[in-house]
Amino acid sequence: MTRQLREVVFVDGVRTPFGKAKGQYAETRADDLVVKLIRELTRRNPDLPPERIDEVAIAATTQIGDQGLTIGRTASLLAGLPQSVPGYAIDRMCAGAMTAVTATAGGIAFGAYDVVIAGGVEHMGRHPMGEGVDPNPRIISEKLVDPSALVMGNTAENVHDRYPAITKERTDAFAVRSQELAAKAYADGKIQPDLVPVATRSAENGWGLATTDEPMRPGTTTEDLAKLKTPFRPHGRVTAGNAAGINDGATASLLASEEVAKELGLPIKMRLVSYAFAGVAPEVMAVGPIPSTEKALAKAGLTIDDIEAFEVNEAFAIQVLAFLDHFGIDENDDRVNPYGGAIAFGHPLASSGVRLMIQLARQFEERPEVRYGLTTMCIGLGMGGTVIWENPNWTGESK
Amino acid sequence: MTDINTLLADVEKLFSDDEVVTAAKLAKVNLPSGKVLGLVTLDNGHDHTRPNTFGPKSLVELNTAYDAALADPEIDAIAVTGKPFILAAGADLTSLQAGGADGIRTIAELGHAVFRKLGDGDGTTKKPSFGFINGLALGGGLEVALHADYRTIQDSVPAVGLPEVMLGLIPGWGGGYLLPNLIGPAKAAKVFIENPLNNGKVLKGAEAYDLGIADAMFGGADYLEQSLLWADKVLTGDVSVEREPIDRGDAWDEAAKNAGFFAWAKTGDASPAAKKAVELLTLAKTASRDEGFAAEDDALVAMSKTPQLVASLYSFDLVQKRAKRPAGAPDKALAQKVTKVGIIGAGLMASQFALLFVQRLKVPVVMVDLDQDRADKGVAYVHAELDKKLAKGRASQDATNRLKALVTSSIDYEESFSDADFIIEAVFEEMGVKKTVFANAEAVAPETAVFATNTSSLSITEMAADLKNPERVVGFHFFNPVAVMPLLEIIRGEKTSDAALATAFSVSKSLKKTSILVKDSPSFIVNRLLGRFMGEVSKVADEGTPVDVVEAAFAGVAPMGPFALIGLVGPAIAYHNNETLAKAFPDRFYLSENLHRVVEAKKSSFFGPDGRTLDPEVEALLVTGDVVKTAEETRRQALEAIADEIGRMLEEGVAQAAEDIDLAMITGAGFQFWNGGITRLLDREGISEKVTGKKFH
Repeated sequence: MTRQLREVVFVDGVRTPFGKAKGQYAETRADDLVVKLIRELTRRNPDLPPERIDEVAIAATTQIGDQGLTIGRTASLLAGLPQSVPGYAIDRMCAGAMTAVTATAGGIAFGAYDVVIAGGVEHMGRHPMGEGVDPNPRIISEKLVDPSALVMGNTAENVHDRYPAITKERTDAFAVRSQELAAKAYADGKIQPDLVPVATRSAENGWGLATTDEPMRPGTTTEDLAKLKTPFRPHGRVTAGNAAGINDGATASLLASEEVAKELGLPIKMRLVSYAFAGVAPEVMAVGPIPSTEKALAKAGLTIDDIEAFEVNEAFAIQVLAFLDHFGIDENDDRVNPYGGAIAFGHPLASSGVRLMIQLARQFEERPEVRYGLTTMCIGLGMGGTVIWENPNWTGESK
Repeated sequence: MTDINTLLADVEKLFSDDEVVTAAKLAKVNLPSGKVLGLVTLDNGHDHTRPNTFGPKSLVELNTAYDAALADPEIDAIAVTGKPFILAAGADLTSLQAGGADGIRTIAELGHAVFRKLGDGDGTTKKPSFGFINGLALGGGLEVALHADYRTIQDSVPAVGLPEVMLGLIPGWGGGYLLPNLIGPAKAAKVFIENPLNNGKVLKGAEAYDLGIADAMFGGADYLEQSLLWADKVLTGDVSVEREPIDRGDAWDEAAKNAGFFAWAKTGDASPAAKKAVELLTLAKTASRDEGFAAEDDALVAMSKTPQLVASLYSFDLVQKRAKRPAGAPDKALAQKVTKVGIIGAGLMASQFALLFVQRLKVPVVMVDLDQDRADKGVAYVHAELDKKLAKGRASQDATNRLKALVTSSIDYEESFSDADFIIEAVFEEMGVKKTVFANAEAVAPETAVFATNTSSLSITEMAADLKNPERVVGFHFFNPVAVMPLLEIIRGEKTSDAALATAFSVSKSLKKTSILVKDSPSFIVNRLLGRFMGEVSKVADEGTPVDVVEAAFAGVAPMGPFALIGLVGPAIAYHNNETLAKAFPDRFYLSENLHRVVEAKKSSFFGPDGRTLDPEVEALLVTGDVVKTAEETRRQALEAIADEIGRMLEEGVAQAAEDIDLAMITGAGFQFWNGGITRLLDREGISEKVTGKKFH
């Protein structure tokens, strides 16, 4: 048989408002967070017959309890999708949802799927990082991995060691920028259209409704941040203020082959150009996006100069600054995380990849002069992931 | 109408430390439009197995929450919903009983005064209101939502209804007035008169929505989110709620009249609550809210003074609690696992057993008869019944295949019973036959296999006497039709072991039957009492009282007249039962020659096809005297006989308590809830005291 590669498009993306661990979702199940999103995606895209969905890929880092039981399948059943729609679970820690997107996108390009739901969830309140892990003793005995690699905050401190030019002042300032931009994006209504309200259960307070990101701290100043403790090292640089928090939340996106999206009359928000994952030394996990981006650019035949919109995950401010310094981009460049990032919104591990895509799609919509954008993030145990997208609204001539 | 502050003061006298308080938690919810909803969650702090209820403290809690929501200037609208899976299951019956008539008036008025704040505000402020029926909503649990301006419901809610009439009460916190004015009198009558009298039937969420009880319906995956967003749109005017107009003309009177007929036919005019509910339905056409609610208060107080309420609550307790923990049942740890069932016989009764056992236990069921054709017929019956269920869409093809493959026939005892754990006989009702089949089964069955007999009158002890292991035999007496009647009398023979008995109770539970432990004695509980009763009325009829007078004497006691019952069970079986009893107790049990003649003539009923007029051929057979009694005299004579028999049965230890006799009569003979089965009625009318020298309770 002859096979033709198919274009993959990002049709739509939604997420729950993010919560602080033990906060608004303290008594809400992780699988329920995903269920609301699947419902909303089908509700928002009534032209999509649900039986046309070929896969539901949902990521979670800790696949235990309400994040276990093959969450892509259970969430799809709980959401009332037809039983004929299959689903599975994915794990690549922080890049879970990103991997759900790239894995299913590969399937679409190959012709195995027409339409998929890809997303992720992490309820870090119910499932703290490292819950139930059992690291192989060889990691220590054979010094395969620096022991500091298992604590993400330590790896961020290690990156500060590698790049002495990135000071705590710079990371704090970047954190303040994130909070300011996020607050402005909220005020301008850039975030809310893709948030799905979630009813929150509380035995103490009764039912409520989560409609906003709980972790945000608008009005944060560098003076406030300067006072915070550095929990990972005495007189260190990484604080709760210049890193993302411990959060609960879920994201989900609808991807399709471009021709099927057109056939069904589905909107096209982004077109996939290329993607790549790359490994680095686990103890400097936060530099992962640098090689993964270089790899993805090379595959696409593009250079960093072709990229005019960036959504870089703010697991730690140091990670973004290392990335920007490497590529020679100013940390206040308004092409970078223009609506704020994970430092403000939160970073429920396996869910964040699709949040980046939702925000990049918003950038594309507002800036038709932009042709290419990328989403990138660092990943535990020393990896980075990058997905490059093309703006379907772009009207200019190719360079 | 009493002032709410007075009520709040009065209700404190009814406070009890035993109340499981349903808290009303007020949370401010920011809706997308910017409006703020005061969302009240009802939550008693337990999981769904202990539903929210409204006792005195719970009502005060709810009042506080509503007041806070009305007073808060930030709150634009109010909504009420429940903890997961439950809105509320109504009034706390224990506190209702404890307060006496004055207490009931306070609770009734306070319930109205609190609930109506959703619909009417507090006198100074009124805010738009919503009821979110997120789970089970019964009685006051539905009424709390009915007071709201708008309602949504979750499509999969298992139980919505106003079952009060079944308990001898009326929907007294607004249901009797609000529901007919919301969905019309005919549909309201279905909800609060017909369904309660049809064994307390309730509605599913989708059915309640179809009746118009809710304005919008959402699925369980995001019910509350969608309800909140819908409420927001109602508040902003993006959604306008349309309801079917109600015909307030003759159609209303017609509907009320029909409800009255229904209640009369169903209760023989003997349930004051049913009558009162019809009155409320009639009144709701013209009454103002105040008048309607006041009428409900009066009705509740009136009902609280009726003995039927006490009896109904007693019955409720029997079927809800006693039925689940059979008195005298041995430790269930002694029960052995049943992995294969053997049935001796393949006739109609045996086939009904096979159908029930295979559906409930889902283990191999083998039917053994003397010739293969007969045995095959039994299997064919089961297969046909399973296919009917499949055709009706009530079972899947796979599940049907599974069950059909489990039912087999045989003529070989050894092959069939050598690995059976539970063997039940359904052969001819004769001691010799039963002893033979058990002996044959014992020769091949495992030593531990339990032998059950469905005999309705023979001695279990005697049936077991010649077996090597007589301790394995237990009486397992079903009521016809086996699939429908909930009762199973479990009879302990003299030698029956605790282990065999425990297995019998465990199997009964798997079969979803209500089991009652009975001492080995002639005809056990239900048939003995019915036998005495039938004997007595047959005597009255034989002596000259017309059959229709006798028949009419039992309205409100038994679900049907005695001669209609004979038609149902078959004259031959009725006569056989009476024969057994007359043999055991010749001085008390009357054998009717007329009934014998009807049996000899092979008539299947005393009545013609309409079920009411005497069949002329039967009439020609009857030889009667000239003593004509009134219906009341007939009733009295029969009830006195029953009281006498119950007294003896308790004395002999046939039943362990009057409660078991009532539970048996309610679940095995359809005796009425509001009579408390039978003994409460006998006590109330002074019959037990007169006949036995003391009351049963």
